[in-house]
Amino acid sequence: MSSSSTSQSSPVISARNVWKLFGPSPERYLKSMDKGMDFEAIRADGYIAGVRDVSIDVHKGEMLVIMGLSGSGKSTLVRCFSRLHDITGGVIEVDGQDIMGLSEKDLIALRRSKMGMVFQSFGLLPHRTVLENVAFPLEMRGQDKHTRRERALEVVKLVGLEGREEYFPRELSGGQQQRVGIARSLAIEPDIWFLDEPFSALDPLIRREMQDEFLRLQEMLGKTIVFITHDFDEALRLADRIAIMKDGAVEQCDTPDQIVLNPATEYVRKFTEDIEKARVVHAGVLAEAANGHSLEGAPVSAKASIHDLARLLVEDGRAYIPVSDADGQVTGALDRAKALDVLLGSGA
Amino acid sequence: MTLVADMPGAANAQGLSQSQKAGILLLAAVALMLARPILPDAMVRLPEWAIPPLAPMLDALFNFIKDDLGLIHLTRFLTGQLEVLLDATANLLYGKRRWPNLGPIPWPAIAAAGAVLGYALGGWRMAVFAGGTFIWTALVGQWKIAMQTMSVLTVAAPVAFLVGLGLGILAWKYRGFDRVIKPILSVLQTLPFFTYLLPAVIFFKVGPTAGAVATIVYAIPPMILMTTLGLRKVPAEVVEAGKMSGCTRLQMLTRVYIPAARTEILVGVNQVIMLCLAMVVLTAFIGMPGLGAKLLSNMGSFKIGNSFEIGVTIVLLAIMLDRMSKAWVLKQPEHFERGTPWWKRNVYLIGFVGAFVVFLGISVLAASLPNVLADDLSLRNLPGYIGGILDEVTRKQSLSNGKEIDTAIKGFLAIDGIQAVTEWLRWFLNVKVLIPFRNAMLWVPTPAFILLVMAFAWWLAGRREALIAGLFFTLVAFSGWWDRSVITLYTVISATILAMMIGIPLGIFASRSERWAGRILLACDTAQTFPSFIYLIPAIMLFGVNDVAVVFSILIFATVPLTRYTIEGLRTVPPEMTEAADMSGASRLQKLLSVQLPLALPTMAVGFNQAIMFAFFMVIIAAFIGTQDLGQELQRTLAGTDLGKNFVLGMNVSLMALTFDLIITKWAETRKQALGLG
Repeated sequence: MSSSSTSQSSPVISARNVWKLFGPSPERYLKSMDKGMDFEAIRADGYIAGVRDVSIDVHKGEMLVIMGLSGSGKSTLVRCFSRLHDITGGVIEVDGQDIMGLSEKDLIALRRSKMGMVFQSFGLLPHRTVLENVAFPLEMRGQDKHTRRERALEVVKLVGLEGREEYFPRELSGGQQQRVGIARSLAIEPDIWFLDEPFSALDPLIRREMQDEFLRLQEMLGKTIVFITHDFDEALRLADRIAIMKDGAVEQCDTPDQIVLNPATEYVRKFTEDIEKARVVHAGVLAEAANGHSLEGAPVSAKASIHDLARLLVEDGRAYIPVSDADGQVTGALDRAKALDVLLGSGA
Repeated sequence: MTLVADMPGAANAQGLSQSQKAGILLLAAVALMLARPILPDAMVRLPEWAIPPLAPMLDALFNFIKDDLGLIHLTRFLTGQLEVLLDATANLLYGKRRWPNLGPIPWPAIAAAGAVLGYALGGWRMAVFAGGTFIWTALVGQWKIAMQTMSVLTVAAPVAFLVGLGLGILAWKYRGFDRVIKPILSVLQTLPFFTYLLPAVIFFKVGPTAGAVATIVYAIPPMILMTTLGLRKVPAEVVEAGKMSGCTRLQMLTRVYIPAARTEILVGVNQVIMLCLAMVVLTAFIGMPGLGAKLLSNMGSFKIGNSFEIGVTIVLLAIMLDRMSKAWVLKQPEHFERGTPWWKRNVYLIGFVGAFVVFLGISVLAASLPNVLADDLSLRNLPGYIGGILDEVTRKQSLSNGKEIDTAIKGFLAIDGIQAVTEWLRWFLNVKVLIPFRNAMLWVPTPAFILLVMAFAWWLAGRREALIAGLFFTLVAFSGWWDRSVITLYTVISATILAMMIGIPLGIFASRSERWAGRILLACDTAQTFPSFIYLIPAIMLFGVNDVAVVFSILIFATVPLTRYTIEGLRTVPPEMTEAADMSGASRLQKLLSVQLPLALPTMAVGFNQAIMFAFFMVIIAAFIGTQDLGQELQRTLAGTDLGKNFVLGMNVSLMALTFDLIITKWAETRKQALGLG
């Protein structure tokens, strides 16, 4: 599935027909194989398809959430974006540069200036204090002691770990350790931020807290983000767009509303079955063009979810309710019957 | 050979189970044994003419490498470098007249610094233990010989560490290098120590340098293994975090991999130190001065009291080094609050230097006081007396009670009851057990013996192991040292069996209560740190110089791992299983026999394997007591330059040990998989 473009600017990351095979001689196999083969058929030949013919764009300032069950290839895909894995076939461009064509030196330079990554089990260096962990990428860049300390203190403060600068990772709780991981990934002020299931190893309560924290940071920093999760609720909370993966291939990549309302495949439909759609779908998405409808009364915000509007939808007598954008301009008409279908579940 | 003739028969028998195939081999062996009276001589033992002149051939090869390829120049060059280091530590520790001509450092300064180091690593108890060990060594008048030993150790251990770390990194980085080095390492680890000594002497001159080289080579393999293990265990995400931080390859290695593998590398350091100590003591056999040499000469002249005292010193040093290096493994960095002053962050370092300097000053001052002898000791010149002690404990001042201990021990052993027991044990073991067993093993025709070993291997492990076992023992037969190899094997097997009869029941008993398990495990841990040489002392004390003493010393050495792994095996049986047995109404014995022991067996096999390896090691050392096996011949080669013969003998020991290692390891692995214990 190709993504529906959400922005006019050229993408920050652009993947075209990316393959990642694991096995004895993957390049040769990829050349000889029939591209339509599914995961099981490839496995029968002794290869594991980590990523299967994926084409996807990530735009500037966008948060793309890649989701899927474990083994679906989502972690592999993000490691291809950062070239922690060398891909077997296809092209990945970062800022228009083919990353497979980079020399080791250029790749290191790219990571030192543009990329940050957060890991599921934190990946902290056990022998370094919080401050030294956060300053690590700066140290690798060769920044002098004073400036890297200043910057590290700043980021540590940003993630709310003030006063713990001299602690060692094992002296911190899981949530605090992940804050260190986040701080480290932000130290070099990356343009692209990869997060590989950053909150999966945490307790549900802490997870919620960290998600809020993360949204706060993103509000402030506006990075281009690729976020991996296997938790659909998390994906819905955070994503601008969601890519659902299965067996190494992207099943569907779209906005949360569209994924819930129009699942592209049977797999996605099953995946979204238990989701409370009213919480996901927004008035703006359901709205039809305003012309042709006689609209009256107070408009509702395009950003409001159907769930937010539940009481109004039930009590209001209007057949069509005006929908307004952030500036208060009426942009469309919400069919009340359709909205009620989403709310009550009989429409889908 | 019979071996070749019999093989197709066994291999053709398809569809038979492993033990049936083993049975066929066993039957063939028995048939050969029954036919012994009518067998031609050539089938009983390989005739002289069939034995290739391995030793002279190897000698020629060694000489070619040494002289024609010029290896000797390289090693002599290295000798020079190493000698400078050794001379420096010798000067500092016991005042050998060499550069830098500063020493000897007075013992109170070393003891004080050792105590502070102990405190930093393990608190007050370690401080007292470290300081106490040094004080004991000084006061019993063994300071100088102990420092002779330590001066080699302080060079050998760091060199072994660095070389091991370097090779370990290479083996981790290059799969090909790893594949080449793995089998070499396992041979090195089973090669008897005497085989390291002679080449060291030939290539690196007699004395401390050769001793240091042999010690270094012996201590390197575990360091290599621990390094590769540690580097492989670094979590993938830590590695990826390093890459994403933009590390270059060198930065990855020095800032990410090595620090993250800290624990394994430090465990390697612990093993290097302990192996070095054990080996430095053994270098006495090539005439290196130190604790080992003193112990050797004391035991040789049957001075039990003095041997005992030196034994205590060696044991104390061993435990101290072991505990301190293990404490270092466990020590995790602690954070300091921000704004902690400089001196507080480095309080241990300051304490270390401070204690050293203060006690150095005291000793130097004390040395300048007029020396007073114990004879005219009075209150007025007490400071002078103490001053003398702080400078150096002389022979007259030492608290050594060697003679008294000697008398006491000999008196105790001469008590009728005790003597009757040891005498009876000696008689019983010798006449009823050991000699008949040995004669039986020597009686077996060579091909039958090889078939027996193969049957054993096939039964426990499988075809591949059986073939390797057959190959290895055939090589032993062709080396021309068959009888001596069989005697070595006989000593190892009888000692191991006796050790099992003691160690396994002890382990079973200990594992019944947490408290006893803890105590015995601690005792085993401690006993395993002792240099093997120590185990000869009680053996000679109790049984004098004969076969029984040899078996006894191996027996105590080999009991330790057996007990230890029995406890560990039984303790790791999952509680659900013992609970299930309880709920099925099993009696204690039933539970032990049908639940706990079967599940513990794979772990116990590891202990059994270690016991055999230890026995092979010890049996060679025990040549000192007087044996008729390979060890005796090996020891004899040390006096000359028979490098070829030395190597052939060493390989025989190694081949036999490797056979057992291979069989038992394979069996334990298969069992573990079958039981689903991972």
